[in-house]
Amino acid sequence: MNTYQARSTALQRFLRAAPVRAIILVICTIWTLPTAGMLVSSFRSANNIRSSGWWTGLVHPFEATQWTIENYSTVLTADGMANAFINSLIITIPSTVIPITIAAFAAYAFAWMKFPGRDLLFIIVVALLVVPLQMALIPIFRLYNDIELGGTFLGTWLAHTGFGLPLAIYLLYNYIAQLPRELFESVFIDGASHFTAFRRLVLPLSIPAIASFAIFQFLWVWNDLLVALVFLGTAPDVAIVTSRLSAMIGTKGEAWHLLTAGAFITMVVPLIVFFALQRYFVRGLLAGSVKG
Amino acid sequence: MASVTYDHVYKRFGDVVAVNDLQIEIKDKEFLVLVGPSGCGKSTALRLLAGLESISDGEISIGDRVVNDVAPKDRDIAMVFQSYALYPHMSVYDNMAFGLKLRGMPKDEIKRRVEEAGDVLGIEALLDRKPRQLSGGQRQRVALGRAIVREPNVFLLDEPLSNLDAKLRVQTRAEISKLHKRLQTTFIYVTHDQVEAMTMADRIAVMKDGILQQLDTPQNLYDHPANRFVAGFIGSPSMNFFDAHVRQNGGGIKVDAGSFSVDIPQSQAGPYQGYVDKAVVFGVRPEDIHNPDFPPPNITPAPVSAKVEVTELMGNEIFAYFNNGGHSFVGRVDPRSQYGLDQDVQVVFNMDNMHVFDKDTEQAIR
Repeated sequence: MNTYQARSTALQRFLRAAPVRAIILVICTIWTLPTAGMLVSSFRSANNIRSSGWWTGLVHPFEATQWTIENYSTVLTADGMANAFINSLIITIPSTVIPITIAAFAAYAFAWMKFPGRDLLFIIVVALLVVPLQMALIPIFRLYNDIELGGTFLGTWLAHTGFGLPLAIYLLYNYIAQLPRELFESVFIDGASHFTAFRRLVLPLSIPAIASFAIFQFLWVWNDLLVALVFLGTAPDVAIVTSRLSAMIGTKGEAWHLLTAGAFITMVVPLIVFFALQRYFVRGLLAGSVKG
Repeated sequence: MASVTYDHVYKRFGDVVAVNDLQIEIKDKEFLVLVGPSGCGKSTALRLLAGLESISDGEISIGDRVVNDVAPKDRDIAMVFQSYALYPHMSVYDNMAFGLKLRGMPKDEIKRRVEEAGDVLGIEALLDRKPRQLSGGQRQRVALGRAIVREPNVFLLDEPLSNLDAKLRVQTRAEISKLHKRLQTTFIYVTHDQVEAMTMADRIAVMKDGILQQLDTPQNLYDHPANRFVAGFIGSPSMNFFDAHVRQNGGGIKVDAGSFSVDIPQSQAGPYQGYVDKAVVFGVRPEDIHNPDFPPPNITPAPVSAKVEVTELMGNEIFAYFNNGGHSFVGRVDPRSQYGLDQDVQVVFNMDNMHVFDKDTEQAIR
């Protein structure tokens, strides 16, 4: 094939893919436009926001006078977003780590250990997937009031753990159960106990599954408002970013410059988490273990 | 260093008897090959010894110790799996060192053993790589290395060559044999490939449907198969079988297959006297069928006429597919034979190496 032909087939391939790419580009643009507008607005002064559209800010992007970080400083200090941000982290990190830890152990046991009632127990766990969270709110709320867990971080961690566990166990079970049997036989002949097999073999191999569930759980807990409202409340010392933001909408519905800044503070952590961990979605750690 | 004994061992999966009354005594330092078709129970027998399956009945001993209830890790065995089962997240070095680390061996001793094994297997340059960066043959070596460093009493190998290409398989076959001589350890090797079994084994155990058919040296298995199954399983192409009757023929006796009959040499006739006029299965290996133009020395020829159906030239010999009155059979004849298709020819069977089996029990008549 000479260069002319090569170039023409490459061109043909490009042209054939062009409509699809154009459509994807349009969808992506529409999808990200509000977020982009929010980001731009959050750096503009209240007057600018009221007098002109956010896109006018992009006409002279290097005109420093139109940009301000005052919105952020106001929101973080006067509106308590800084404190809420820390509270959100305090809620979200344990509410992600605890269910994953429990679920990984449980998934290993369900997949590779023999004990009486294993299948029944697993069916019950999977069945819990269909129980709506809202059904459990009132009973747990009453229980928490009795044992004084209401309004505490611990109570909220446990609630998130409970709501997250069925899916976590189910997902991790699916992954761990399909690890090759020979790996386990080999590791047991090599002298491993179940705990060693779990720690040295299953855990490192399950990182893709654990990471992808961790992303889900983290984002779900971070964005959650309902569970936090019910079990944590809105007292300033425990309120998280979502409940702060919803409170701000009530009290400062007109102050767009503050709302956009607050919303972006709420969003920044999910964005970081997603971009930091997204490679685990595509990486297959198993390649090379067995002939395939 | 240890012997291994299967004493009336059974393994049942529900109604299926995977291993049925298995009795084998494997001597210290022996290379025993378990061979048989798929589903014959050979792998299960090995896994029972490894402790990966529980024994339904009977006893397995390693050395003097009954290991029925001993955990796999305490049996002092190492196993090489068909899929290699390398730990994908560990380097080659860590793959080999893992079992030693778990046993709390000092670091420098681990290093010495792993490096020595790497040296023996020619993988010393790969120690830092991950399994996914290795070729099939290299992975296979790592799997062997992981077994070697443990310095176990018994090596278990479950079809370790099945995933290699033909050339590499032949090469690795020889290397495993060398390894056995070097390590002076008991090897138990499972395969479905009778060539692997014949070339590597001190003794071969042929299994079928969970039952041990014959346990003997490769040469005895080939020369004196105990029954029709073993006769057909060992050797390639496999033995030709003819439904036949033993008949009185003047002073001697002959095998009458209907469309042809061959005389049994006087010296061998003894065991067949009692089978006169009874139905038997007559067997002759392709390599014992010759072109009378090129007869090898010192055989007892019995002429049979046949029609040539197909010939396959192999270079050093010809696989010729013959037909005699509806009986098809294969001969490995001299490459100088000039056979045309549908040509009527004479071949000779070497009656010194004939086999006769009881029609009902399929046991060899001796």
